[in-house]
Amino acid sequence: MAYDTNYTGQKFKVVGTRPLRPDGVDKVTGRARYGADAFAPGQLVGRVLRSPHAHAKIVKIDTSKAERLAGVKAVITSADLPDLTNGDQAMYDMLVNCMAREKALYDGHAVAAVAAIDAATAKKALKLINVEYKVLPHVTDVDEAMKPSAPVLHANMFTEGVEPKPAKASNIAKRTEFGHGDVEAGFKEADVIVERSFRTEQTHQGYIEPHACLANVGPDGQGEMWVCTQGHFVYRNHCAQLLGMDAAKLRVTASEIGGGFGGKTHIWAEPLALALSRKANRPVKLVMTRDEVFKASGPTSSTSIDVKIGATKDGRITAATATLRYQGGPFLGIWAELGAMTSYACYDLKNVKTVGYEVVVNRPKVAAYRAPSAPMAAFAVESVVDEVAAKIGMDAVEFRIKNAAKEGTKSSYGPTYGPIGIGPTLEAAQNHPHMRAPLGKNQGRGMACGFWFNFGGQTCTSLNVNPDGSVTVAVGTIDVGGSRASMALIAAEELGVAYENVRCVVADTSSLGHNDMSDGSRVTFSSGMNTVIAARNAKKVLCQRAAKMWKIPEDAVTWEDGHAKPAGANAGDFPPLSLKEIAAAAANTGGPIAGHNEFVADGAGVSFATHICDVELDPETGATRVIRYTVIQDAGKAIHPSYVEGQYQGGAAQGIGWALNEEYVYGKDGRLQNAGFLDYRIPVCSDLPMIDTVILEIPNPNHPYGVRGVGETSIVPPLAAIANAVSNAAGVRMTHIPMSPPRILKALDDKKARKAAKAKAA
Amino acid sequence: MVNVVLWGALSAAAGGAKTVDVEAHDIRDMFGKLAAEYPGIKPHIERGIAVSINGRIFRDSWDEKIPENAEVYLLPRIAGG
Repeated sequence: MAYDTNYTGQKFKVVGTRPLRPDGVDKVTGRARYGADAFAPGQLVGRVLRSPHAHAKIVKIDTSKAERLAGVKAVITSADLPDLTNGDQAMYDMLVNCMAREKALYDGHAVAAVAAIDAATAKKALKLINVEYKVLPHVTDVDEAMKPSAPVLHANMFTEGVEPKPAKASNIAKRTEFGHGDVEAGFKEADVIVERSFRTEQTHQGYIEPHACLANVGPDGQGEMWVCTQGHFVYRNHCAQLLGMDAAKLRVTASEIGGGFGGKTHIWAEPLALALSRKANRPVKLVMTRDEVFKASGPTSSTSIDVKIGATKDGRITAATATLRYQGGPFLGIWAELGAMTSYACYDLKNVKTVGYEVVVNRPKVAAYRAPSAPMAAFAVESVVDEVAAKIGMDAVEFRIKNAAKEGTKSSYGPTYGPIGIGPTLEAAQNHPHMRAPLGKNQGRGMACGFWFNFGGQTCTSLNVNPDGSVTVAVGTIDVGGSRASMALIAAEELGVAYENVRCVVADTSSLGHNDMSDGSRVTFSSGMNTVIAARNAKKVLCQRAAKMWKIPEDAVTWEDGHAKPAGANAGDFPPLSLKEIAAAAANTGGPIAGHNEFVADGAGVSFATHICDVELDPETGATRVIRYTVIQDAGKAIHPSYVEGQYQGGAAQGIGWALNEEYVYGKDGRLQNAGFLDYRIPVCSDLPMIDTVILEIPNPNHPYGVRGVGETSIVPPLAAIANAVSNAAGVRMTHIPMSPPRILKALDDKKARKAAKAKAA
Repeated sequence: MVNVVLWGALSAAAGGAKTVDVEAHDIRDMFGKLAAEYPGIKPHIERGIAVSINGRIFRDSWDEKIPENAEVYLLPRIAGG
């Protein structure tokens, strides 16, 4: 069906207001049903046996004792999950990650699973499984893994992206490069050059709800799964392929989601639950423990990054380079590539070169984490940008404004930008009262910019007008941040009905065509655009029905303010028909009234943000407190401003945790030492200031309402903004994230030692 | 004729060429001809490549027309959180 997705400057009546979210009462009263909240008659408890070794050959698995234990209904190993991936390496990696085959590749890698009548029996059964391992040398550090002497994870991994292809296997899975111009010539033009190396440690998305599902596969080969996910259609497709099922025979329903941030874009234990259910011929509920979530889901990369920037005294960057090494766990990822693409995307550079290395290590498979890879790259680049500005004596915001990308800039990753919002966010920061507020003792201020791509994707939406005139919108994207409220606002706007008369639901995989994952900040952009189109299609049907009721031609009817009206004086004199009246008559005018659309949403457009942060250091303990924080970001159009603000604040809050405390700590044995929220410290309310937000609305030309994605960009600047603030407060450049108290104390001690050595030398 | 700019890893798959010229009217045409002319690129197309046409990025819309003298970049298919 023809439709127009261009921005038209439409005036809004409902969009942009702040009604209560439809899932709010359920969530605050505990009635909302999450992954672990589903029950089926006769359900079993699924549990997974995991490798205690970072790297080990699996010599033999004996499950016979466990199988004989009373109450155990199924035991599975990789033998129950044959390779059906037909040479698709990405799918094969997924299969191997769900259940180890020849080798365990990290501490926590699944090696077997059981389904039993209760948790105690399942736990006992796991202890009866005998796995004979041959422990292999391991490597968990990204730089160590790149050394020629490092233990190699995969004998068949030869670095992609280099010519000639290496003859020797290594842990460097891929090299990639972006940029333009002549960086060597650019550095020769520079008056000032700053070159530094940075490290960031591995962090987890820290979603509160662990992975959970209820799988039920019958002897007829048909199955159902209730699961906590960011994309039930993709889970359906991947699980069906790995288990050799037709997608149509596996109906997947998404539960409410207690956070995902990218971590629930991959399948983890779901195929195991399905395989157990198939073998036991009973429903199987599998809920990961927090320990398992940390060890065996998908945290973000740890990184090692070198940055070099040259500039003239008058504040123009002449050349910039970055070498980015990202570990992806034991499998090839795209994480360094994304870091290399995003690192200099905020700037208008004549000479720029970024090189990324994807590195495999004995850690869990890395998954996306909110604007994946961009925060670490921004930390390194924005730290050096600040240092260059300081060296030439220019204000940090002014320096960025002078070098900011704009419409017509050739981006550092290639394409030329259309209209973009980095300039307005910087100008808003420059004019914000936060920038001029006084600072006290041991306090410092920092700011930084961030970039993220955003994207759309395959989307299928149905809008149904019910006989009583209420409206249901069925979407296939997950509500990760209030999108059901936004869809209801959009449908109400288009149809001219009250927000309260619209209910938006997330439909199961048997009810709609395929929808891509809810990632890339795409939900309000893609499903929102699709809701506009579906509602406009429904309006056409409503007008047709009114035409029938009036016995006039269809094109003589128009839709205004929730009513069908004659298009002009020649159409006849009829009182307007409300949506409710047309819906009530639907049975006799052609049956149900609905609007539908399926498409690939493209044109999401890139996104920019600028953050300002004040911190206070305790020089005795090295503890840092964020005392003020401001997020400025372009939303295109905020459909529900409260949820846009929520995304801005959420990204900043996660970034604060990442910057100051969160990190995976591995022992020399390659085992994770802090797989729990007691030892892996995410920020709680008392750690955070009220995070102020400024929503800019520069319409996206490729969306009928001007919407841009807002979910991810807000996590890109915090590491850098906080690092700049801490560095300014401490008087020493911080180069290692997280800036935990011991690292800050060490930096302060080193500074003192340098000062003392200098005084002694003088 | 469309001048297609390749990113680093793809360049290696095209024998080191940073740009290649193909006769194509839309993305589907372009991928078909690239796969035929540079077999090393085919696995990348199967894995997923995004296409930027005059700064607008397309991930799946292979019917998208490529205008005369358009700026065309092939980019990795981006993942998100």
